Amino acid sequence: MKILVCISKAPDTTAKIAFTDGDTKFDENGVQFIVNPYDEWYALVRGLELKEANGGSVTVINVGRADSDPVIRKALAIGADDAVRIDADTTDALYVAKQIANYAKENAYDMVLCGKETIDYNGSQVAGMIAELMNAPYVSLASKLDMNGNTATIERDIEGGVEVVETATPFVLSSAKGMAEARIPNMRGIMAARTKPLNVVAASEANNATTIKGFSLPPAKSGCKYVDADNVEELVNLLHNEAKAI
Amino acid sequence: MSVLVYADSNNGTLTKNAFEAASYGAQIAQANGTNAVAVVVGSASGLEDLGNYGIAKVLHLSDASLDNFDPQKITGIIAAAAQQEGASTIIFSHDFSGKSVAPRLSAKLDAGMVTGAVALPNGNVIKKAVFSGKAFAEVEVNTDTKIIAVLPNSVDKVTTGGSASVEAFSCDIPSSGLTVKEIKKESTELSLTEADIVVSAGRGLKGPENWGMIEDLAKELGAATACSRPVADIGWRPHHEHVGQTGFAIRPNLYFAIGISGAIQHLAGVNGSKVIVVINTDAEAPFFKAADYGIVGDAFEVVPKLVEAVKKLKA
Ligand SMILES: Cc1cc2nc3c(=O)[nH]c(=O)nc-3n(C[C@H](O)[C@H](O)[C@H](O)COP(=O)(O)OP(=O)(O)OC[C@H]3O[C@@H](n4cnc5c(N)ncnc54)[C@H](O)[C@@H]3O)c2cc1C
Ligand SMILES: Nc1ncnc2c1ncn2[C@@H]1O[C@H](COP(=O)(O)O)[C@@H](O)[C@H]1O
Repeated sequence: MKILVCISKAPDTTAKIAFTDGDTKFDENGVQFIVNPYDEWYALVRGLELKEANGGSVTVINVGRADSDPVIRKALAIGADDAVRIDADTTDALYVAKQIANYAKENAYDMVLCGKETIDYNGSQVAGMIAELMNAPYVSLASKLDMNGNTATIERDIEGGVEVVETATPFVLSSAKGMAEARIPNMRGIMAARTKPLNVVAASEANNATTIKGFSLPPAKSGCKYVDADNVEELVNLLHNEAKAI
Repeated sequence: MSVLVYADSNNGTLTKNAFEAASYGAQIAQANGTNAVAVVVGSASGLEDLGNYGIAKVLHLSDASLDNFDPQKITGIIAAAAQQEGASTIIFSHDFSGKSVAPRLSAKLDAGMVTGAVALPNGNVIKKAVFSGKAFAEVEVNTDTKIIAVLPNSVDKVTTGGSASVEAFSCDIPSSGLTVKEIKKESTELSLTEADIVVSAGRGLKGPENWGMIEDLAKELGAATACSRPVADIGWRPHHEHVGQTGFAIRPNLYFAIGISGAIQHLAGVNGSKVIVVINTDAEAPFFKAADYGIVGDAFEVVPKLVEAVKKLKA
């Protein structure tokens, strides 16, 4: 089973969100970068579990510059066999998807596993785009993936429940909570990661379909209005008459 | 150059998010002096109602073989409808269905796409939520055709009192390798991601046996229940109630956070709520910084009183 896992580099979940260059760039000062959590905890670990059960290989792929290499090494330390970095700046989802789809088509993977979204740009775009470019089925927000030969049974989140779908390889999915339990790399994995192949390849020609013009922060909350614990009726009154929320 | 809206239906009824997407698309059409057309796929009724949100015409492809949601087929259908209508702007809701279809369509049409839009476009520039609701980005679409997926409960719906004409639509339906085997609904109760009011509780409640008062409050308010991650992880509450960065992201009108500290990862999933009420014994709990209303107090005393006060209001 040949598995491709897409990993992106993301700021740590507790990072301070600030901008520089006239609010056109994310301020990376003092920010620690991690593997995007959904990619690492769910897509990568489920990929590894399937390989352990059925044989095959897990390749991680990232579109980015050399500053992605530490997070790629982390994925190798958790257990991926090898890595590919497509050397490009990433500002647009369709651009990223084209890079990954081109690579995946050339190398005939059985499945392409992504995270449900990146925690910085919150796109939920790249995985579905890859699927269309590969003309393959796409299952979004998958919380369970089981393989039986070439047939995948997948559960995906829907409004108020889950839907169970079946598809044959090759397919693309985006992973949400439930797919797998996060793994912590051990010392052996970390040592092995240093010598595993990380192939840097040139990007293919593509345009950016979108451009980020600037960032802003939401207006600060005007402050919390406190109600005395002995005066709960006042809270109900405020919610009804002032906030008009009940 | 009309505006096309994908209006999703669930069990034959249009969803709340479909009406939001319709209103958003109709407002863009009006600003550009053109019409908004909606596409509905599969058996569904009440489609004229889209007119009340500014849709002029509904294209309905009601083939029963499409009753099971299939993103690959729907992508092909929307592309055909967009071509027929000469649509250059295509609108989705950024919900479960939108996330399955819109990115496919973007790749198919080679059209730039912005998801999580929180405001009407300003020319080709669209404001979207980023960093899990902690910031916004202004994104310019560089292609002639653009796709926008609207963040649920973040753009005002405008009603027009109109009624839409409904036309049967047909086109070649692409093949798809996906088969829906089963749909499992968690419960018949109100769905968390669509609820207007959500009552949520955390580790401050000490144990699963104490959730009765939370359910009572939710029942009185017609609200859905939610919980923090550790509560779902220890198994006090079912996993589908977990909200936050790793659970569901929700944007209700009113969110009650009871015995939840307000960690950044929790806030990431609820900070889009319009009004936040925090009940916590610790006056220093970080959640109060994100709150609109707060009570520093013991949930075991405050919540039962709150249930009574709401009962009184509703009576
Ligand atoms: C990568 C990552 C992702 C995460 N994702 C999520 C996520 O998606 N969702 C999420 O919720 N968390 C998430 N977390 C965990 C998060 O950091 C917090 O640990 C968690 O939200 C804390 O849950 P809590 O507020 O219920 O518990 P606690 O932090 O233990 O807080 C309990 C609160 O209850 C109050 N309290 C105690 N007794 C009472 C009482 N009698 N009455 C009223 N108040 C009382 C206390 O003062 C305290 O503020 C994530 C963490 C990481 C590292
Ligand atoms: N630069 C990238 N390199 C590799 N994979 C990516 C990249 N950006 C996004 N992805 C994958 O696509 C998923 C969805 O990303 P997004 O559409 O940006 O929210 C992520 O969880 C990753 O699995």
